[in-house]
Amino acid sequence: MNDKQYALVIDLNVCVGCHACVTSCKEWNTSGFAGPLPDTNPYGAEPSGVFFNRVQTFECGTFPATETIHFPKSCLHCEEPPCVPVCPTGASYKREADGIVLVDTDKCVGCKYCSWSCPYGVREFDEVMGVMKKCTLCVDRIYDLSLPPERRKPACVLACPSGARIFGDIKDPTSAASVAIFESSGYQLMPEWGTSPSNHYLPRRKAKILLHEDELVRADNALKIEADLAKPAFSAPSIDDMSSW
Amino acid sequence: MRDPVISRDSELGRSEVKTTTCYMCACRCGIRVHVRDGEVRYIEGNPDHPLNQGVICAKGASGIMKQYSPARLTQPLKRKEGAERGTNAFEAISWDETFQILEERLGNIRATDPKKLALFTGRDQMQALTGMFAKQFGTPNYAAHGGFCSVNMAAGMIYTIGGSFWEFGGPDLDRAKLFVMIGTAEDHHSNPMKIALGTFKRGGGRFIAINPVRTGYAAIADEWVPIRPGTDGALLLALIHEIIEMGMFDREFLIQYTNAAELVNLDEKSDTFGLFVRDPDVPVRPDTFDTPDRLWWDRHSDAPVVSRTGDTEGRLMGEFTLPDGTPVKPSFQLLKDRVKDFSPDWAEGITGIPAATIKRLAHEMGVTARDQKIELPIAWTDCWGKDHDTVVGNPVAFHAMRGLAAHSNGFHAIRSLSILMTILGTIDRPGGFRHKAPFPRPIPPCPKPPKGVHAIKPNTPLEGTPLGWPADPDELSVDANGTPLRIDKAFSWEFPLSVHGLMHNVITNAWRGDPYPIDTLFLFMANMAWNSTMNTVEVRKMLVDKDENGDYKIPFIVVADAFQSETVAFADLVLPDTSYLERHDVMSILDRPISEFDGPIDSVRVPILPPLGDSKPFQEVLIELGSRLKLPAFVHKDGSRKFRDYPDFIVNFETDAGSGIGFLAGWRGKSGEKFMVGEPNPSQWEMYARNNNHFHYELPRSYQYMRNWNKGYLTWAQRHRLVRYTDAINIHLYSEVLQKFRLAAEGKWQGKQPPEHLRERVRTFFDPLPFYYPPLEWRQTDASRYPLSALTQRPMAMYHSWDSQNAWLRQIHTHNVLFVHPSVGAENCFKDGGWVWVESPWGKVRCIARYSEAVEPGTVWTWNAIGKASGAWGLDNDADEAKKGFLLNHLISEELPCMVGGRTVSNSDPVTGQAAWYDVRVRVTACTEDEPAESWPQFPSLPDVPGQTGFKHRVQAFFAGKHKG
Repeated sequence: MNDKQYALVIDLNVCVGCHACVTSCKEWNTSGFAGPLPDTNPYGAEPSGVFFNRVQTFECGTFPATETIHFPKSCLHCEEPPCVPVCPTGASYKREADGIVLVDTDKCVGCKYCSWSCPYGVREFDEVMGVMKKCTLCVDRIYDLSLPPERRKPACVLACPSGARIFGDIKDPTSAASVAIFESSGYQLMPEWGTSPSNHYLPRRKAKILLHEDELVRADNALKIEADLAKPAFSAPSIDDMSSW
Repeated sequence: MRDPVISRDSELGRSEVKTTTCYMCACRCGIRVHVRDGEVRYIEGNPDHPLNQGVICAKGASGIMKQYSPARLTQPLKRKEGAERGTNAFEAISWDETFQILEERLGNIRATDPKKLALFTGRDQMQALTGMFAKQFGTPNYAAHGGFCSVNMAAGMIYTIGGSFWEFGGPDLDRAKLFVMIGTAEDHHSNPMKIALGTFKRGGGRFIAINPVRTGYAAIADEWVPIRPGTDGALLLALIHEIIEMGMFDREFLIQYTNAAELVNLDEKSDTFGLFVRDPDVPVRPDTFDTPDRLWWDRHSDAPVVSRTGDTEGRLMGEFTLPDGTPVKPSFQLLKDRVKDFSPDWAEGITGIPAATIKRLAHEMGVTARDQKIELPIAWTDCWGKDHDTVVGNPVAFHAMRGLAAHSNGFHAIRSLSILMTILGTIDRPGGFRHKAPFPRPIPPCPKPPKGVHAIKPNTPLEGTPLGWPADPDELSVDANGTPLRIDKAFSWEFPLSVHGLMHNVITNAWRGDPYPIDTLFLFMANMAWNSTMNTVEVRKMLVDKDENGDYKIPFIVVADAFQSETVAFADLVLPDTSYLERHDVMSILDRPISEFDGPIDSVRVPILPPLGDSKPFQEVLIELGSRLKLPAFVHKDGSRKFRDYPDFIVNFETDAGSGIGFLAGWRGKSGEKFMVGEPNPSQWEMYARNNNHFHYELPRSYQYMRNWNKGYLTWAQRHRLVRYTDAINIHLYSEVLQKFRLAAEGKWQGKQPPEHLRERVRTFFDPLPFYYPPLEWRQTDASRYPLSALTQRPMAMYHSWDSQNAWLRQIHTHNVLFVHPSVGAENCFKDGGWVWVESPWGKVRCIARYSEAVEPGTVWTWNAIGKASGAWGLDNDADEAKKGFLLNHLISEELPCMVGGRTVSNSDPVTGQAAWYDVRVRVTACTEDEPAESWPQFPSLPDVPGQTGFKHRVQAFFAGKHKG
């Protein structure tokens, strides 16, 4: 177990499924340390390329109680990554320093054992180089001291317009990532596999308004001020004139 | 393996970072472009830019693939001698020859009949330049795509509150507690909206989405309220009904800041029936657009007095008689009378939303607005001289765009929305709707379209502006017989308030010669032979149709575009545009700048890379053409050229000689010491570059709210020439402008009168109060044969974008499908994923159906503009876009037959000319097993054109720079 574990915390409550994280990841990484990320038939039928991060969209429930959920998915940087021990060449490894799971493409022989062992389906095979590739948490950005500190983050996090992606050390209980997991019921994907995935997801949380009957009619209701109650004419008969007590 | 931590990315190759403004869509974010060895390596959001604050979207991050697209055009093209139009057979020519052809042709048109040039542009954020070019040329036939986008939104709101959603204003999610989004509205200002929505939701705000489909932002709504398409007006009127019935309206706001308490003349015999009663003794000043002479009924003295005078307080309700016997009512009472029968129960039957839900929505809005009031410690002074210690806000915010707009009843639906927002007291207040400079503007704004044939003369600029804001019937663009002056019939009696024109009818009208034939159709960045047109199959035929002499009915077509679009194939002359990374451009204060709530912002785009091949920015083309044609704005008195190029034009152009107003508001004055107004500054571009390509003036806090009535703001805006007047811009709850058109239809207007066959149409739809009517197309459609509404949206990865052929983005949406509720499949015997026919009264398409529980069962929908013609956009002939993708446009007619006195008119809103492409009704049936698994209709594959970049490999492994991975 690492003392430090970088991870992403993804807030499904605000992810609108815009795919900014998908293409920002692609553009950073295709010309970066893990690049290129090739595309087959980029302009033809059934184009298919390497993307380290993809958004899956699915529906839950039946009409009208339907939820449309956008679910961004990339390597979860498991604390017990099943893709590492199965690698025959040691290409697939987990960094001691920060828990990031990487592939050394110089050692990779493209046997795909790692992608078979990954229960999350997040490894991406580069057909051109014949090697396995995957999310690096932009390891070539986050330690780059030539970048201002607030930009030393994965490209997907920097891109995300709704702020649905939090990057941080989940072993540090004071990090924004840890606080979000703790406060907003962050959960792991399929923890029963024993992989202890580092990335977490924050569930949908509904805001409601509770209305009380007496809030609908208030003493200062505009109708009361506006529509004066009908007044009897001054000369109309009244009990006051009829009885003598 | 290269050590990712030790070796810095910037040390690979020769790296540099430049800033500019994105143009992957209409949002216009600030970007930092990282270039390695001259190739684009990474485009990130600029953290020092006010619009996107460092974030970027899927499109913006895919700009690299736009830059290196195989569809790029690199040379001017002329249709090959003898080749038929539409076959994509071109020869490359020089720019010299191109300009000679244009100069001769356009010069002849201008010298004879300037209206025979029709200039229409798909993008509407260059209107300051393209519109000015058209005006200088002398043609009224100019517009951008607003007519088929969301003009109902602009017109409906600006004619009501003096501002609108769009680039002109938006929801203040920073302070709102309840946010209601109605219909699809994601594509304008999209990154700022996503930023705000994320913050709003994390702050515990409640978000309600009312939409037939649960996608887009509605996905993260706290509550989804499915609604039948085209019925939003009924819902909004029922919400108004409930809020009035419950007394939850903001009474003080209505009395002081709207015309709700002003008295309307109800003497039917009077020529001023339905207009406000006025005190003739109030003097009319020349410097006002709104003489304060209207009366209200003072509750203290129980008598009519000039409104907003002394300590008087107008009554909102009741009926009264003036001393001269004229019966009158406050306009709010008329609104109350109007919505009396529009109960939630009534709306349930129309919208499909349970009455209890409608009531609850109204209560949530009413209680939140009233009981969660915000009071900011900001002192301000109103137009009547009263000092206020605080700015008050009722924190209910709304947002809507095309979902409401693209119906033939959209104008009145949007009037209803504006009125709902008004009675809740949310206009330009914290937590509600807030304006962005140069809004608010007078109701209606000052520019006027040409008012008669005298406005169009050879070799003379147009009198008026091609697009404008009629205030009464006399400001229509019609001749003495009421015949339209414009090719698209905008500002005619058919669509009097068509403030964005009707681009969707230009080709049909020009082909038919109705109201007259034209010579040259000049299109910029508008895919009018494909996804930007309705009735696509027939429109493509019109583009190649010939008269009895064998001449094309539309004699000459010029297309300016950066890509090999479907429309390029129909050009006689193609002008290759650059990419957005290769040009100068401005997001001008004269146009639709990127202003924020807190003040005006404009911005620039600067070239990062040199133009590809012989491509040329369209801006440069216009400057060159304007100079060659000697249009007055582009030449000195002696006819010599005034501007070297576009950057020079931007710096030195002034709206009038010495006006000090130009395209850019920042760093004006000789050394950049002034803003908004000031002499040209030769270093203006450098000063923008030093400030991350934008100029931002943050208004003093006391000028940031209540701007319709804020004396400080209006005085500031007038001094800085944003507005001409300092009058209060009171909200038109009741629209006198509409009533004036109705009076004309009834023969009670002294000026222009509608032709007989249009009188009833104008009388009906120019109702000064909003009403609901079913979309016009439904009147003609047999609902038992066509039971379903069909809609389109664009996916977020392609909102407002111009390149769904992008290698990365197309992997997200390679082809579209028709989303249907499973019950539609069960009834019509097709399965999830099956091929189906979708038929409307106007046409049919074959496509793939996909079951969805996130759609109202009476609605089917698809992603728009993903289907492509085979071979277009640099894609392979068998690309999924062409073989599986489809256009719904084939099912939508641009015209409706037998609408007025048996005549055909545009399939549009009868007030604004907004294309009603969300009104179409369809049926869906299963394909037989022997039919091909391919979308229909198909068109002959387009070959590449000369000079097109192209891509012929199986794999693309993009790695920027010389060091390839």
